[in-house]
Amino acid sequence: MIAEAGLAALWLAAALTALQLALSLGIAGPVGREVRTIRGVSIAQAVMTLTAFGLLILLFLRSDMSVLLVAENSHSQKPWLYKFAGTWGNHEGSMLLWVSVLSVSGAALALLERRLSDQTLSASIGAQAALGLGFFAFLLFASNPFERLDSAPVDGRGLNPLLQDPGLAFHPPTLYLGYVGLSVAFSLAVAGLLRRDVGPDIARAMRPWVLGAWVLLTIGITAGSYWAYYELGWGGWWFWDPVENASLMPWLAATALLHSVNVLAARGGLRAWTMMLALVAFSMSMVGTFLVRSGILTSVHAFAVDPERGAFILALLAIYIGAALTLFALRVAHVKEGAPFEIVSREGGLVANNLLLSVILGVVFVGTLYPLIAEALTGDKLSVGPPYFNAVATPMALTMAALMMIAPQLRWRRDSAAILPRLLPGLLVALAALVISLWLAPQIGLIERSALAIGLGLVPASLLPLIGRSLRRTPLATWGMVIAHLGVALSIIGAASNSAFTVEVLHAAKPGEQVQVGPWLIEFRGVRPAVGPNYTAIEGELRATRGNGVSVLHPQSRYFTSPPTTTNEAGIETFWNGQLYLVLGEEGEGGKWQLRLWWKPFVTLIWLGGAFIALGGLLALLGRWWKGRSNRTDKTPKRRKGYR
Amino acid sequence: MSRALRFAPLIVLLLFVAAVVWRLAVPVDQKVPSRLIGKPLPAFALVAGVPGKPGLKSTDLALGQPRIVNLFASWCVPCAGEAPQLQALKQAGVPIDAIAIRDRSVDIQAFLTRYGDPFDRIGSDPESRVQLALGSAGVPESFVVDGRGVIRYQHIGPIEPDDVPRLIQEMERAQ
Amino acid sequence: MRLTVLVLALLAATPVMADSDLPAARWANEQLPDPAQEAEASKLMAELRCLVCQGQAISDSNAEMAGDMRALVRTRIASGQSQEQVRTYLIERYGDWISYNPPVEPKTWPLWLAPLVMLAAGALLLRKRLVRRRSP
Repeated sequence: MIAEAGLAALWLAAALTALQLALSLGIAGPVGREVRTIRGVSIAQAVMTLTAFGLLILLFLRSDMSVLLVAENSHSQKPWLYKFAGTWGNHEGSMLLWVSVLSVSGAALALLERRLSDQTLSASIGAQAALGLGFFAFLLFASNPFERLDSAPVDGRGLNPLLQDPGLAFHPPTLYLGYVGLSVAFSLAVAGLLRRDVGPDIARAMRPWVLGAWVLLTIGITAGSYWAYYELGWGGWWFWDPVENASLMPWLAATALLHSVNVLAARGGLRAWTMMLALVAFSMSMVGTFLVRSGILTSVHAFAVDPERGAFILALLAIYIGAALTLFALRVAHVKEGAPFEIVSREGGLVANNLLLSVILGVVFVGTLYPLIAEALTGDKLSVGPPYFNAVATPMALTMAALMMIAPQLRWRRDSAAILPRLLPGLLVALAALVISLWLAPQIGLIERSALAIGLGLVPASLLPLIGRSLRRTPLATWGMVIAHLGVALSIIGAASNSAFTVEVLHAAKPGEQVQVGPWLIEFRGVRPAVGPNYTAIEGELRATRGNGVSVLHPQSRYFTSPPTTTNEAGIETFWNGQLYLVLGEEGEGGKWQLRLWWKPFVTLIWLGGAFIALGGLLALLGRWWKGRSNRTDKTPKRRKGYR
Repeated sequence: MSRALRFAPLIVLLLFVAAVVWRLAVPVDQKVPSRLIGKPLPAFALVAGVPGKPGLKSTDLALGQPRIVNLFASWCVPCAGEAPQLQALKQAGVPIDAIAIRDRSVDIQAFLTRYGDPFDRIGSDPESRVQLALGSAGVPESFVVDGRGVIRYQHIGPIEPDDVPRLIQEMERAQ
Repeated sequence: MRLTVLVLALLAATPVMADSDLPAARWANEQLPDPAQEAEASKLMAELRCLVCQGQAISDSNAEMAGDMRALVRTRIASGQSQEQVRTYLIERYGDWISYNPPVEPKTWPLWLAPLVMLAAGALLLRKRLVRRRSP
């Protein structure tokens, strides 16, 4: 019964979405009570969608093997957390999650947004409903998650063991929340263009959504990167794999949007550009979902290709993005230009940020799709991988980081040479880092050295906006910016240090043998069998000593039976100045075990930086929300002072 | 903003959709064909894979008659699957040599006893060196080499019954 | 194909079957004694694509064939060949596909020019704006 109820809820939700769209289309003239009706319908359809999703979770938790999806992706012996997470660890479930987030976002927009005119609000809810309708159709006609089997199998086929990891259980939903959160910015932009109402109000309505989605994307990407790092067992943290690129592209667009939306909200500038970015950001979410789900790009994440479903999502994507971009092309001439500014101004800095981010986005897009285009045109296969992306994106990212040393301190509209002394702390630290690194580590490459210098210089530079003002009265949004920029600095330092200073030792060792890895002396003590909830393993014992410090690490080789797979579980120990990363390989001749040992100085800063960036976004979001609340109660238009 | 520029994003979308539609129509071919087809074999000399049968040198494949070189391994399941087809080729008069990839003599022997031995020579390639030199991307694979030691045709994956006529045809063309 | 539902076969998880019993090749998991040569080899191994696990570099793969390719790279670098010679050797056999670093040739010009073109276009667009704005 549960599956049938779920399907019914899904149909009901789809019908309510259609109603939502019809109602918002109906409002063309004067505004009546319909907005309130639309709100009600939006909330009702979100509740229905959530019900369907909840029922699917229930089916997974109860291991109801008469449901096709459960039988194919779950197993009754799995720990409950992975039964739960298994709900979205497959195509149909993840699409239902996607639709649920879309519905909830629409309802939240309807419920919370009070700044926009009723017409613009209902237009944006209508746009959101239009998006939802397509994806409901996809679920109901092409990937029904509630399909029953005629005869239930004794047990399910299990979930890929690599996915049986608490981090990964919550990695996809976090990314999805971020992806789909951007749909609201898209709908608002569509509404603004439709209603010829592109101005600071739209930007302010958009800002919390962009911030929230961006925070989730940041968390999702950071967690995904750390997961790949410790689970794949080769010490890499970013592979420029098509699926990673697919998640990076919306993030890059959202980061640009996050900065331009501020220019529009505070200064009324960059109107057309901001609308474009809002459309691009969610478009990239759809493109990313399509690329991952259709499996048309060869990737580490090898999904089964299903051309029929691929074609369905592609059709949706083409219709939505095509319609939005056409609307943009037709209406952009009517979008008014904003207030003028000079190149040396905060706007100038933000424009430079947007330019570089957009070009990086373009490069990732072109690089990811180029093999496809080249093969279509010439028939030759070629690969575009890390060497290309690193060579092209790194210099631009570093330029951006260098600009970040100064841009946040610039004033709106125009600034002067008086700003120069404020450059000094960052510049001095960067210079010192350069000299010291030349002296102590002459062997490292130019890119790593510049990255270290810029990253270190950015640490004091990013803190400068706090200097000379009362910390308690500094707005939360400013704190957010400072912390996020500091996070960027940390990530750059971590990546540069990892790339420049990592020590790698591959060694086939007998029990009792000792190996030197950077500052560490590592003794291989031997192996013993170990048992987990649904796997057996061989566990190595490695004793690492440095000075007086002793750590014992236990890397494992795990064997799963359903489905049969082996995985490496690295032994990782974190210290203040780096990570030991030890992997137990196969047994070789003469009782020797293949060991892969790494000492990675300051590598953790990469993800710590990511966490700071997300935290910064969160603070900014809280700050805006707080400000929004106090503005609503306090009617004096204080915020108007800023722009004229 | 100029008129052309306004439509630029739409054009990018169009290109994307076109490329992707092409891919959906022509699914990914995971095979990586060798670039050496039409080129002479790289020089190699492999020791015998099983006792009592000669090893394989590149010069053995330039003796005037076209031959098939089959890359196989005892641990490779599809290789067992294509064994009957190799026998059929042998019966049709096609001379076949083999390169055993990452294998042990005893295992090869057991494999041949179980699935038949259509091979005139078997070279052992324990570190896939010759395989890599030939531009082969896995096992099983079969190369048609003409009498002058030039690679004429590559068959990737197990030889299915339907593939036998094709291979015989390629052998005739290599005459 | 109702049953081809998302086989998320992340390739670090190698299937237990279909592997030989032979130990890895000598230089598959052993570093070259000369650190400079090892660094050369490492850099190249990170740029070569694994033939059997197509989404990974041979430096990041557990596949046996990736190990044999690492052995090939290390042996050739140790014998004094340059990175480019080894890369060319493999490209002659497998095509450009094998290298993650696309060669600069007519069919990849758009790829390598894309960033410059985009930067230039962006700068041009911006410059127009700024000039117009300075003279109100």
